[in-house]
Amino acid sequence: MKENSVLEMRNIHKSFPGVRALQGVDFTLCEGEIHALMGENGAGKSTLIKVLTGVYEKDEGEIYLKGLNKPAVIKSPQDAQNLGISTVYQEITLCPNLTVAENMYIGRGKGQITNWNKMNKDADKILQNLGIPARANQQLGSCSIAIQQMVAIARAVDMDCKVLILDEPTSSLDDSEVEKLFGLMNDLKARGVGIIFVTHFLDQVYAVCDKITVLRDGQLVGEYVIEDLPRVQLVAKMLGKELDDMEDIKGEAAVYSGADADQNLLEAEGLQSDAGIKPFNFHIKKGEVNGFTGLLGSGRSESVRAIFGADHVLKGSVKVEGKTVKIHKPLDAMKAGIAYLPEDRKIDGIVGDLSVRENIILAAQVLKGFFHPFSKAQANKFADEYIKLLEIKTASADTPIKSLSGGNQQKCILARWLLTHPKYLILDEPTRGIDIGTKIEIQKLVLKLASEGMSVTFISSETDEMLRTCSRLIVMRDRRVVGELSGQELTQTKVMETIAGGEA
Amino acid sequence: MAEKKLNSPGGISRLFRMQMFIPIVALIILAVFNLILDPGFFSITMGTNSAGDPVLSGYLITILDNGSEVAILAIGMTLVTAACGGQDISVGATTAIAGSVILRILVGGGDGELQAPIIVAFLVACIVSMLFGAFNGVLVSIFNIQPMVATLILYTAGRSIAAWINNNELPIVTDPSYTYFGGFIPGIPIPTPFFIAAICVIVIMLVLKFTNLGLYTQAVGINASSSRLNGINPTFIKFLSFVILGLCVAVVGLIKTSRISTINYSVIAKDIEMDAILAVALGGNALSGGKFNIMSSVLGAYVIQFLTTTLYKLQVSSDALPAYKAVVVIVLVVISAPAVKAKFASIGKKMRARKEAA
Amino acid sequence: MKRKLIAALLVSAMAVSLAACGSSEETKDVSTNSGSDTTTTSNGSAADADEGSAAADGELIKVGIINNDPNESGYRTANDADMKKMFTEANGYEASFAYSLKNDEQIAAAQKFIQDGVDYLLLSAADTSGWDGVLQDAADNGIGVILFDRTIDADESMYLASIVSDMRAEGDTACNWLKDEGLDSYNIIHIQGVMGSAAQVGRTEALNEMAKAEGWNIVTQQTAEWNAEKAQQIVQSVIDQGTEFNVIYAENDDMAKGAVAALDKANISHGKDGDVIIMGFDTNKWALEEVKAGNWNYDGQCNPYQASYIDEIIQKDQAGEEITEKKIIMEEKGFDCDTITDADIEQYGI
Repeated sequence: MKENSVLEMRNIHKSFPGVRALQGVDFTLCEGEIHALMGENGAGKSTLIKVLTGVYEKDEGEIYLKGLNKPAVIKSPQDAQNLGISTVYQEITLCPNLTVAENMYIGRGKGQITNWNKMNKDADKILQNLGIPARANQQLGSCSIAIQQMVAIARAVDMDCKVLILDEPTSSLDDSEVEKLFGLMNDLKARGVGIIFVTHFLDQVYAVCDKITVLRDGQLVGEYVIEDLPRVQLVAKMLGKELDDMEDIKGEAAVYSGADADQNLLEAEGLQSDAGIKPFNFHIKKGEVNGFTGLLGSGRSESVRAIFGADHVLKGSVKVEGKTVKIHKPLDAMKAGIAYLPEDRKIDGIVGDLSVRENIILAAQVLKGFFHPFSKAQANKFADEYIKLLEIKTASADTPIKSLSGGNQQKCILARWLLTHPKYLILDEPTRGIDIGTKIEIQKLVLKLASEGMSVTFISSETDEMLRTCSRLIVMRDRRVVGELSGQELTQTKVMETIAGGEA
Repeated sequence: MAEKKLNSPGGISRLFRMQMFIPIVALIILAVFNLILDPGFFSITMGTNSAGDPVLSGYLITILDNGSEVAILAIGMTLVTAACGGQDISVGATTAIAGSVILRILVGGGDGELQAPIIVAFLVACIVSMLFGAFNGVLVSIFNIQPMVATLILYTAGRSIAAWINNNELPIVTDPSYTYFGGFIPGIPIPTPFFIAAICVIVIMLVLKFTNLGLYTQAVGINASSSRLNGINPTFIKFLSFVILGLCVAVVGLIKTSRISTINYSVIAKDIEMDAILAVALGGNALSGGKFNIMSSVLGAYVIQFLTTTLYKLQVSSDALPAYKAVVVIVLVVISAPAVKAKFASIGKKMRARKEAA
Repeated sequence: MKRKLIAALLVSAMAVSLAACGSSEETKDVSTNSGSDTTTTSNGSAADADEGSAAADGELIKVGIINNDPNESGYRTANDADMKKMFTEANGYEASFAYSLKNDEQIAAAQKFIQDGVDYLLLSAADTSGWDGVLQDAADNGIGVILFDRTIDADESMYLASIVSDMRAEGDTACNWLKDEGLDSYNIIHIQGVMGSAAQVGRTEALNEMAKAEGWNIVTQQTAEWNAEKAQQIVQSVIDQGTEFNVIYAENDDMAKGAVAALDKANISHGKDGDVIIMGFDTNKWALEEVKAGNWNYDGQCNPYQASYIDEIIQKDQAGEEITEKKIIMEEKGFDCDTITDADIEQYGI
């Protein structure tokens, strides 16, 4: 073990049935250091954290802790806590109906009688020490989320922790609250606590961290001192593209050549929803394919959901073909000719137990109205038509959609929206989790639809897919639009630079 | 691949997957049981009632007669179950309210003579019942309270409200025309409740055919989030299902009070909610919501009455009936449990494999 | 912080309510003294020291009344109304009511009344057993227990008095009447109340013994749990079966009504000059009218008016008199379709 390190994880392996989540990952945390753990979803961040906190048992590898001259045995969260490893999660896991002090001490006494006065006094002292603006006898629920988060940290600190894990602690905080949290983190750092900081906000990483460890596909990419790793490099490492490899991929977007090709189909101004995105402007021309890009959680889904009315729209105005439309709920958007294929197919897309036919006609049926159901013959005709058109592989139109493969389910949802004959089609991650053949089919279809005059917004985690299909990219970071790329700027390098932002 | 195999038109496996399968099998078991025990069970005789009108009688007629209330409730209960993934346990108590409203308007405070046309009293009861249904619906759809918990309020308070509507009096209708709804219409030898149930079933079938109620309800029950993104308003659909159930309750209130021309607030339609929920389950509908088949629930309701009548015939004490129904519930729950289903499926696969090998 | 706040609130609320009680009692003193002087025998000024008779000191007598759900039947409705009429402030009582059809809920209510410090506990028990603890607690706290309508399994010393209808006597009266009808054969459908209730037990015993002694045939004996609909289904089942019967002995009026509905459907004549004799209990007004009209043959009374008897006992106890006759059985009649008069309906109908 290195002299000043408080935690060393060596050659950690962990597999789940069918997935090798961690393959020989090393991780070192030093005393008085804030260490960012980075990676896209599925990279293995949360598995590593869970191995460390005893939620999962590792298959292989060792964990060393300072002051312990043999490998630590962590089989349960209780073990981890006893060894001085504390975790603060994204969601507050405290009890809002208890007081701050009660929350700090809950589950720690071993059945002895509680001295309430002493407890409150102790708690107040800790809060004061850490500069947390809360009183011990205040009900936790009456504090702001940030304070609650800090109380959770105070609870962790008071447990004499050496290693503090902050798992996405900032995702529900506003800017000033984040500032306060950072203050507390720096304070703890000065006291010698090692902090592992998991976040997807790049700005925050560069604002507060000393080191970065990047994981990808369950493997360690590397550990870097923050000064040595410019943002764009970080993004490249997370996405797994070395800068040198990134050639320009020429978009082969077919062009719609109608007379109205220059006109904006949809214009949004100052749009903001309750999903936590900053107000943004947006427009799309007739027959154009554009896309939102950015890391996960950057707000790209939230943006299109705001356009569709899927989240509660707080403010902003939307014009479709020059006419102002009020979009409060999805049906409003549908009536304005907007279609939205949601990001999470299982939760927001398919209606599992219903048949392929019913899933395909659903949106068109809703648009037609409650009192005007399609006849059986019509429904069959539509379903058969689109099953054939999109080559959906299903035993029959009567088969429940949940028994289809992911790609075919996605095609059904696509069919559902095409059946509404939208003017504007929003596709949020239409290619996620489906086989490569279907991916390409869907991309081709998008280009074909656009060439026929449909406007399409295409969102994908895979940048090259977007470069291949989109003629314009809107780049998002930390829930705001930070750039727009088109024409010659549409290269991997440029996209990554913009995603990374900052001085890179 | 798997879907294809399952869909091969093997007669038995298709029958197994049919939703009507469970109630039909239960019906056949009961019928055979009675046939062996006493074939006289199935005899139907034509007679006259005390008013001199022709009536059919026999166990089967009794089943059609007494099973109808549960059948009517099962219609609404099926929709509530499908949309909300939970059940309304207040239907017995709200039936008391509906019955109380009808009697209050017909003869409240009077001497038993009709003070208003029956249709008026019934329509008012419909409105009141729908309002109480709406109350449940608001709790469930807007406040997101679990249906059983939300309806617990009226389950507890409903009978007292019913008593309060009539100032705790027990009004009695003396006009013979009021007995038609729970008895016989002069000249028609089939019990009226069966006709009323049939009308209710026809109405709901027409509604399902000419609106998207079925599609919307199932979509909301299976995946509310996805339904919302497809322009459906899940809140409204859930609310609507409770209002429809309220309407069913009003009809049952009419039949129940007509049967004895009066009301007893604490025992009218007692435990009927359990029968209605059992009918939905027996009809093969998932109690967790989603896909539904109303005809299957209605059949389930009559099967329950078939069971009840059989038990009465066997002179099983009526306070022991719930125990027998509990057995049915246990069997239903067990055979619809995923683990058992998977077991059945694997047995079926083996049998097919053996057949193919042979 | 919050805990303290709640505690403080509770304390202050209690203080306020105590003060309110105190003041209202004072004011009541004035108003009730004049009225209750005549009714309460001891206008004692010397009784102050005596804890037991403090209630008689011009203050209201606190009674906790535990009854069955008044919606249960017309009998219960009349009984409850009678209680509410008697135990008023004007009559010198401060009454609290608790209703339940379930024994355990009733026991909980009783314990609450004991804690609240009532002077008398009036009880119509849902079930005959399980009351030992309550009676003991009441005795320890010097609370007088008076049973009404229903008895319980307990030693007589544990309660002041028990004012009951003798269900067995009611049944005997009815069975003797039935015997006097002198039918050629007796094929009886016996519809019982909720099993285990005093009314069911008494009325069933009477019929069972008489049937045994006289060789009557009981076609079916089933409980309809006081429920008209169930009674209807039971009789329907017997009719469907084709079994002969000529008497329906229903243990209350509601069930008799349900039974008659089934007969009407099958065109079986009943009542005076009919094929089937209809017997009910509880003398609901509408039931007596059925008897009068000849649709039914017999209705047995079950007197719901116990409040005046209870009042008498309480006054005696307050006056310090010994209650010698613990079991007070109320007078009860049976009404026959041949002899019933409009005056009977007016007087005894509930």
